[in-house]
Amino acid sequence: MTADTKFTGQTFKSVGTRPLRPDGIDKVTGRARYGADIDLPGQLVGSILRSPHPHAAIRAINTSKAEALQGVKAVITAADLPDLTNGNKELFDILDNCMARTHVYYDGHAVAAVAAVDAVTARKALKLIKVDYEILPHVTDVDEAVAPGAPVLHKKCFTQGVEPKPKKPSNIARRSEFGHGDVDAGFAKADVIIERTFRTEQTHQGYIEPHACVASISPDGSGELWVCTQGHFVFRQHCAELLGMDVSKLRVTPTEIGGGFGGKTHVWAEPVALALSRKANRPVKLVMSRDEVFRASGPTSATSIDIRIGVTKKGRITAGDATLRYTSGPYVGMWAELGAMTSFACYDMKHVRTVGLEVLVNRPKTTAYRAPSAPMAAFAVESVIDELAGRIGMDPVDLRIRNAAKKGTRSSYGPVYGPIGIGPTLKAAKEHPHMSAPLGENQGRGMACGFWFNFGGQTCTDLNIAPDGTVSLTVGTIDVGGARASLALVAAEELGIPYDQVRTVVGDTSTLGYNDMTDGSRGTFSSSMATIMSARNAISILKERAAKMWDIPVEKVIWEDGCAKAVGKKHGNLAPLSLAEIAEAAPNTGGPIAGHNELVADGAGVSFATHICDVEVDPETGRTQVVRYTVIQDAGKAVHPTYVEGQYQGGAAQGIGWALNEEYVYGDDGRLQNAGFLDYRIPVCSDLPMIDTQILEIPNPNHPYGIRGVGETSIVPPLAAIGNAVSNAFGVRMTHVPMSAPRILAALDEAQAAASEDVETA
Amino acid sequence: MTNLVNTNINGDAVGFACEADETLLDALRNRVGLKGVKEGCGTGDCGACSVILDGTLVCSCLVLGMEVEGRTVETVEGLSNGAELHTLQSKFIEHAALQCGICTPGFLMAAKALLKNNPDPSEEEIRYALAGNLCRCTGYDKIVRAVQATAAELREA
Repeated sequence: MTADTKFTGQTFKSVGTRPLRPDGIDKVTGRARYGADIDLPGQLVGSILRSPHPHAAIRAINTSKAEALQGVKAVITAADLPDLTNGNKELFDILDNCMARTHVYYDGHAVAAVAAVDAVTARKALKLIKVDYEILPHVTDVDEAVAPGAPVLHKKCFTQGVEPKPKKPSNIARRSEFGHGDVDAGFAKADVIIERTFRTEQTHQGYIEPHACVASISPDGSGELWVCTQGHFVFRQHCAELLGMDVSKLRVTPTEIGGGFGGKTHVWAEPVALALSRKANRPVKLVMSRDEVFRASGPTSATSIDIRIGVTKKGRITAGDATLRYTSGPYVGMWAELGAMTSFACYDMKHVRTVGLEVLVNRPKTTAYRAPSAPMAAFAVESVIDELAGRIGMDPVDLRIRNAAKKGTRSSYGPVYGPIGIGPTLKAAKEHPHMSAPLGENQGRGMACGFWFNFGGQTCTDLNIAPDGTVSLTVGTIDVGGARASLALVAAEELGIPYDQVRTVVGDTSTLGYNDMTDGSRGTFSSSMATIMSARNAISILKERAAKMWDIPVEKVIWEDGCAKAVGKKHGNLAPLSLAEIAEAAPNTGGPIAGHNELVADGAGVSFATHICDVEVDPETGRTQVVRYTVIQDAGKAVHPTYVEGQYQGGAAQGIGWALNEEYVYGDDGRLQNAGFLDYRIPVCSDLPMIDTQILEIPNPNHPYGIRGVGETSIVPPLAAIGNAVSNAFGVRMTHVPMSAPRILAALDEAQAAASEDVETA
Repeated sequence: MTNLVNTNINGDAVGFACEADETLLDALRNRVGLKGVKEGCGTGDCGACSVILDGTLVCSCLVLGMEVEGRTVETVEGLSNGAELHTLQSKFIEHAALQCGICTPGFLMAAKALLKNNPDPSEEEIRYALAGNLCRCTGYDKIVRAVQATAAELREA
């Protein structure tokens, strides 16, 4: 971060308007090219053989019959993806997940792959591959995995972050701890303490586009990959390292992405497709089926969370303590750590402690899912805070306002906050008409807050002035939600030209320097910062060219309203030179005009939201419908408010699905029982109401325009908001997500039984 | 065995070869080159592959390619009249009814089929008519509004 990137409080002409997105027409006409829409001459069809067992040792794999089948051009196993990771554990885990080596660790784990002339032949070939498994005991449940006597996935897994090093291996791969103060002293000051355990089940990002790529490796060692990804530079890095290629010799071109939500931040089939192409010496297209997407690509964690919060009668939270167990699949992750960091981030707490435990289970490798790990922690914390409000007879919004973090608060995970939005979103919620609207029969209202860090990171952009004065902006962050429009608005703002004269494209890995991926809500935050700097660089060149054209000192030239203007008594009467005029003259003033920038976008402003939710519960079936929903969130500065609303609504809808219905269901055999959209039911149109939004703008001081990331926080509050609404409707405290009809019915029955018991006792 | 299928797609007479067990979805994408028809699940659960077959909305992954012999197929590629977008298409863009856009072709076809039969649908009718199409980005709010706006404009036309 430099002085140039500080918020200046300028007024805007383009930023904050709502023009049409540049990718709109392609997407409504079927022209937009997604991962599975790319074809290359001579391409083969790739397909992956997956383990039906949750845990087994691979004794042998016989591929000879598959290789002999007519039309099969390559068969690969782990032997064709040798370990080149050189002690890099994280990279080894990626490799092992892409193609199992000595063991399979989950139902769906890849063990071999084929490339054939067509899909039918590829499927036939998979059936001819014989894998000799030695079946091992498995564990899929988070609590069972940490219980004594559980099958241990890795004999060399000794919990990291514990001193002294444990003597016995376990499924707890890592422990992390955050907080400050003295929680025991804090609890001693509490008038009311509530301690509960919560569980949330594993959910999938549920993007509608399955993973898809086309890989082409040339005999000279160079290669190309077309893929739907959230981070083509990261994919290039991982693929090149796993295949032993020079990074610069692999060109990765991102296609349109049909949803990612974190699930396309990780390589799954891409190294396999490249290895197949290398062996077959032909391009290979590999598209996952929906079944494969569920069984073998990144779900979020299942969790089990113990939580304890104390409060005074006057509504001051005195202490909070949480132990969070998050599954990370068979490989160590940082999911519990993120949960531990986010748990109490909304609140100003003197005494707080959170402990995260990364739990290994025989499930697919956990991957980021929109504000990863925060929704589960918020479910636990926000449920207990609501319950505490009830116990001390205080309005739950007032209790939260009383304890909300503010500028200067030391966050529960360490840093001291700058200006933040939790207080303002709570106040807006309190004043929102939704809060006082009447409720119908069997309806309840709940609210909850959410937090997400927001990321920055490595970013670069190219801004090229075309000979006619229009602008081509090339960015390296994937557009997942309308960023091309937003970044064009930013370029137009800085240059002082109309939005429709800027066209944004996402460049491939050979056209731009390295960019971190679009994750952590960083796309618009980071690339807008680099775009502003690129535009400013271009403007300085434009001013130099104008000075040359006028033959006056460059100090006498300013840039205003898309034109170079001469200033001062001597030159002030010169007619302004437009961008188009300067561009036209470029061949004679020094050649093409461009602005470039590369930076590490620091200072991503943290994000907060408050949600209000009304539910209606059918007391006979337990079926719960969301009947009204309001999202209030701080955007810093909404570059394109309509697309910001879209992020708020989409995140809320995913959270609603998670809260009420979505979950991975494993059988006793360790196999996933609902690997399809019929049985893993995400919200459909008739499940949801309109989702109202309110955008607050508390500028991020570390961005020239005050922008914060907006993409993720909206998925954080819904679990708790809905749980609280159900509780307020029926007086039952839901502690297990999803709050599916059977679980709600059971809670209602239990409450009724308890009530009648009370009557009998009385 | 490969069979030749003669059909009408988006107003044009089209012939394509396909296997007996090949879905209409695969035939449209891989034989005819209509990549606007999307595969999200292959099991009829997501609606991304929705096309209109003889006036009826179907999931093309649940229809065999050979079944369209002598019939009429409409896909997203046939929705606009040359450069002139169908009202649904322009309203989807104006109302930001798409983000990633992978589900959009299916939603457009489902909405077209709805409005043909019901030019003045209530919000609830729209929501149920589109319940066979999954969108994971928008929360459906802006999709419903785009369809409402289209219906209103088409009624005035």
